Amino acid sequence: MSRRFTPKVVTANRLREGDVVYLTTDDRWSPVHHEAELIEDEAHAQMRLLHAAAQKLLVVGAYLADAKPGANGPEPTHFREEFRTRGPSNYNHGKQADLAS
Amino acid sequence: MYSYSDFDEAFVRTRVAQFTNQVERRLDGSLTEDEFRPLRLMNGLYLQLHAYMLRVAIPYGTVSPRQMRQLAYIADTWDKGYGHFTTRQNIQFNWPKLPDVPAILQALADVEMHAIQTSGNCVRNVTADHFAGAAADEIADPRPYAELLRQWSTDHPEFQFLPRKFKIAITGAPNDRAVTKAHDIGLRMVRNAAGEPGFEVMVGGGLGRTPMIGVTVRDFLPEADLLPYVEAVLSVYNTLGRRDNKYKARIKITVHETGAEEITRMIEARFAELRPLFGGNDLKLLADISEAFAPPAFRSAPTDAYDAFYSADPVFRAWSDTNLTAHRNSQYVIVTISLKAHGETPGDASSAQMRLMADLAEKYGHGDLRISHEQNVILPHVHKSDLPTLHAALTQAGLGTANVGLLSDIIACPGMDYCALATARSIPVAQELATHFEALKLEHEIGPLKIKISGCINACGHHHVGHIGILGLDRAGVENYQITLGGDGTEDAVIGEKTGPGFAYTEIVPAIERILRAYLDLRTEPSETFLQAYKRVGMEPFKAALYEAEGEKDAA
Repeated sequence: MSRRFTPKVVTANRLREGDVVYLTTDDRWSPVHHEAELIEDEAHAQMRLLHAAAQKLLVVGAYLADAKPGANGPEPTHFREEFRTRGPSNYNHGKQADLAS
Repeated sequence: MYSYSDFDEAFVRTRVAQFTNQVERRLDGSLTEDEFRPLRLMNGLYLQLHAYMLRVAIPYGTVSPRQMRQLAYIADTWDKGYGHFTTRQNIQFNWPKLPDVPAILQALADVEMHAIQTSGNCVRNVTADHFAGAAADEIADPRPYAELLRQWSTDHPEFQFLPRKFKIAITGAPNDRAVTKAHDIGLRMVRNAAGEPGFEVMVGGGLGRTPMIGVTVRDFLPEADLLPYVEAVLSVYNTLGRRDNKYKARIKITVHETGAEEITRMIEARFAELRPLFGGNDLKLLADISEAFAPPAFRSAPTDAYDAFYSADPVFRAWSDTNLTAHRNSQYVIVTISLKAHGETPGDASSAQMRLMADLAEKYGHGDLRISHEQNVILPHVHKSDLPTLHAALTQAGLGTANVGLLSDIIACPGMDYCALATARSIPVAQELATHFEALKLEHEIGPLKIKISGCINACGHHHVGHIGILGLDRAGVENYQITLGGDGTEDAVIGEKTGPGFAYTEIVPAIERILRAYLDLRTEPSETFLQAYKRVGMEPFKAALYEAEGEKDAA
């Protein structure tokens, strides 16, 4: 039996600003991880990644990142992805500041 | 300092225009990311974890007050009001937006700066001793040679697509402050039997995943042969380098696989071919460049005010003891401004701090500023009588930290707080180490110590040559920190030795404390430094201190 598919989100950086974004179910790019589409099927994940990679004027470097369901929506499972949802730890810069305002 | 010639000016402006057009074409879709990526990298623009990052070259770490103010202006106008000075004497802006980058490059060109060849498989920014032209132990100022190498390597048609990146470091003093033995080419100025200056040429040093100390391929290279010889090294590497495997593509692997003797023979053979092709224009150019690095007009004035202040004010005395270095002129000193205030990010300066340092350099430092690979800023020429006023001004701006060469003077790469390649964070580890030992008031008791932290195996934080090196890794989805001991980045360069299993993020600071308490217990006298003690007793006592406590905890 093949291994169970780890749920994913599609994430990338915005072409112009460079900030981290996530692909939503309704095809938007959201800065909020919770708003991402949690993809539980491998074939669907590949389709969504192709869809993301085709948006060359909006985003750069789209990839699938492991995620898990949470109370408010998908949550990252790896610390790198967790840092990407927030910003750096030495200054209140990036999303932790942008999303608070 | 060196001023752009018409040729330099035209070249940089043309490149800005080219890249401006390339950014436009990327934004309108005419260029794909695959097409654009190598173009942006050639101009120092990376896409990192949270944003773009622009790496600006500070050739051989020399920057003028006017340039420093422009960096502050860029930080305020297009970034978040600060810049990060790196271990390769560059400055990085962490938050530029792609459409703004052409304007930033234009602003850099206005002050004779650029971001060319700060990335990619080419000859990178040539680094030099940050005390160049001032140090008491110096044979000659290495910067004219560094500038010659910069001009020669910039857009050199043969060396734009090397097997891998290529880093050259140069020092004019026997005491190596430029880590020359850990560079692709290290140049160390020496004198021959006749007393003429020349270079010991070391090739194939490097840190990263396969750390190696450079091999000396020439004990004495006359200065007139510098360019043809360096070109011969590059030429041999360009032919032999392993383009098939990124991890084996650096010249250190080429040297290792070819053997020191054979590679030396090949370099000498190529040098014999190239030497006659250099007709002497390189030396004419070197002579012109050297004029630009003439020493400033040192003034002669009494220094008693300094002596009086030194005995009277303990805070000033502490700062003088750690942050000053002997100058070749006995009335002068070299001032290191620490960018390592306890709890702050190593190497970061706010725009206000940059402006202040520019002002102080103009007022008290003959208009000269340097960036060290240890991520501090240097005022290389300060008259001793100006030190009390200078120290007061620095202290007011949070730049008066008296810790140069001590525990909290830590090198740290940006790590996973910024870098897309990182496997763990390094900045918060540096911050915690500094504040923890500050709270314990142990830093001055411990004395000279170099802690260097990298957030991944690429070793931008030089951890292999730290007396204590810390390498952040991703172990099964958790940050884990490996410790090395006994590394040394000086003329006696040594790669540090791994202690054993790594430590979790919350365990790394206590682990370093165990090492240092063991050191305090076993040193023969306070003047025996950590590195000397390590060389005397070896790894075992430190290993015991590190891991025995763990064993007890597990057993409990």
